[in-house]
Amino acid sequence: MIQSITILPGRNKTGNPETFDRIDICPGEIVGVVGPTGSGKSAFIEDIEQLAQADTPTGRRILINGRVPDQVLRFDPKRKLIAQLSQNMNFLADMTVSEFLMLHAKCRGKGRDLVDQVIYHANTLTGEPINKEMNLTVLSGGQSRSLMVADVAFISDSPVVLIDEIENAGIKKHKAMELLSGNGKVILIVTHDPLLALLTGRRIVMKNGGVEKIFSTTQHETDLCAELNKIDRELFRIRECVRLGEEIVA
Amino acid sequence: MKVIVVAGTPGSGKTAVLINTIKALKNRNYKIAVAKIDCLYTEDQLRFRKLGIPTLVGLSRDMCPDHYTIYNMGEMVSFARDNRSDMLIIETAGLCHRCAPYTESGLGVCIIDATTGPNTPLKVGPFLSTANIVAITKGDMISQAEREIFRERVTEMNKECRIIETNGLTGKGSAELAVCFEEAPEFCYEKDQLRHNAPFSICTLCVGEMKIDSKHHRGVLRHINGVQKYIGE
Ligand SMILES: Nc1ncnc2c1ncn2[C@@H]1O[C@H](COP(=O)(O)OP(=O)(O)OP(=O)(O)O)[C@@H](O)[C@H]1O
Ligand SMILES: Nc1nc2c(ncn2[C@@H]2O[C@H](COP(=O)(O)OP(=O)(O)O)[C@@H](O)[C@H]2O)c(=O)[nH]1
Ligand SMILES: [Mg+2]
Ligand SMILES: [Mg+2]
Ligand SMILES: [Zn+2]
Repeated sequence: MIQSITILPGRNKTGNPETFDRIDICPGEIVGVVGPTGSGKSAFIEDIEQLAQADTPTGRRILINGRVPDQVLRFDPKRKLIAQLSQNMNFLADMTVSEFLMLHAKCRGKGRDLVDQVIYHANTLTGEPINKEMNLTVLSGGQSRSLMVADVAFISDSPVVLIDEIENAGIKKHKAMELLSGNGKVILIVTHDPLLALLTGRRIVMKNGGVEKIFSTTQHETDLCAELNKIDRELFRIRECVRLGEEIVA
Repeated sequence: MKVIVVAGTPGSGKTAVLINTIKALKNRNYKIAVAKIDCLYTEDQLRFRKLGIPTLVGLSRDMCPDHYTIYNMGEMVSFARDNRSDMLIIETAGLCHRCAPYTESGLGVCIIDATTGPNTPLKVGPFLSTANIVAITKGDMISQAEREIFRERVTEMNKECRIIETNGLTGKGSAELAVCFEEAPEFCYEKDQLRHNAPFSICTLCVGEMKIDSKHHRGVLRHINGVQKYIGE
């Protein structure tokens, strides 16, 4: 069981120590990671994925329940506590969707019955449907991304979920967040999207490879988020009309 | 002295991973020598020499680079001794997938590129299956699911090995690899032997035959139907 994840400071790209003491994150919390491109957002969540022990370029250390985690938690996929949706949008493996999902389920010690479930949910996120017999490498960016999301949600199903830029592939991002977040998970989400950033309780601001500061989301920001969501839903509706080749009516 | 043999297909990230690992070892005051074996051409020596590491280059030309590595092991060891090194790291080209230049008392390190797909570990043979350490590179280019499948496939081919996920660009995994290099056994050139035999099929092509008609061919030959036999005197 996970009660907390702790990040201990390392160094930024210039080699200067980071200024926070420690960052503790508890189950049920959603934390954002924001900052300009190249500022080290992906590196930050990769440290968590690897349960870094001062052995990555950033020098950060990660504790679980206040302690240095057991080596096997780092490597054995069956016992892995962390699921990661990384930034890359494409699959490179030359196999069919169902072969791939079956292999991954086996690695994670899960049943093959999940395969249909994953494909079903992936198809709720994307336009043209994915089917079992398709080769992974022919999937479009959006289809690949949807499959990755559903795979993380059902096969990698872990108490800690790391999400790197879910917004870019043109999939239904709120629906995707719903699938990924589930109850009582620790969620870290890297994002450039204000809607997703304001959805979190806290956000970590990155600069030059280091943590620059940590904000708690204010009431004003939460209210703003609700307003922005209305606009976003309207934009989404219009975008769907355009996509489906329909006329946009008031 | 310790001898570390690092094998992997071209472009798999051997030099990139080694550069990061050597930096970590230099910080711990180890004296290192590198020997780089390739077939026709290499510029890797420039990258190693930039770190101030004495580097010997060998080009195998017409010979299998792994066979060439084995025949020249003595000279590479002397080169490292002359430089008073604690550790000799040999980067080989490892092309034919049938040979593996690892020896019993040297540390065998296989570098394998995760972007080549999860079937690759099933294809590459002894340079993976007889390695002590398998360093997987380029995991940054694929999803976590693909990384996990790749890792499982490596384990299927080599149950004993230690797997290290590395990244030649960021240096991920190199600290862990450096510790493995430090803990490698002492090398004994005079008593050492290969872990895996080199291919025993010596044929007329090996000694320069150019004609393709099968009537010109002699030696231990394997047919496409799986039959292997000796043809000759
Ligand atoms: N603390 C650090 N020390 C050294 N290198 C670092 C550090 N943090 C990040 N880097 C390196 O900087 C580069 C850019 O970082 P990263 O990919 O994490 O940026 P990003 O914020 O995710 O950018 P993008 O928005 O484009 O995805 C990477 O090569 C990474 O390894
Ligand atoms: N994305 C990525 N690229 C890598 C990684 N490791 C190496 N590379 C790149 O792969 C290419 C080949 O690397 P090199 O070390 O020369 O391979 P070698 O032929 O096996 O020695 C170079 O362009 C490296 O920068 C990695 O972990 N991730
Ligand atoms: Mg990034
Ligand atoms: Mg090289
Ligand atoms: Zn050979």
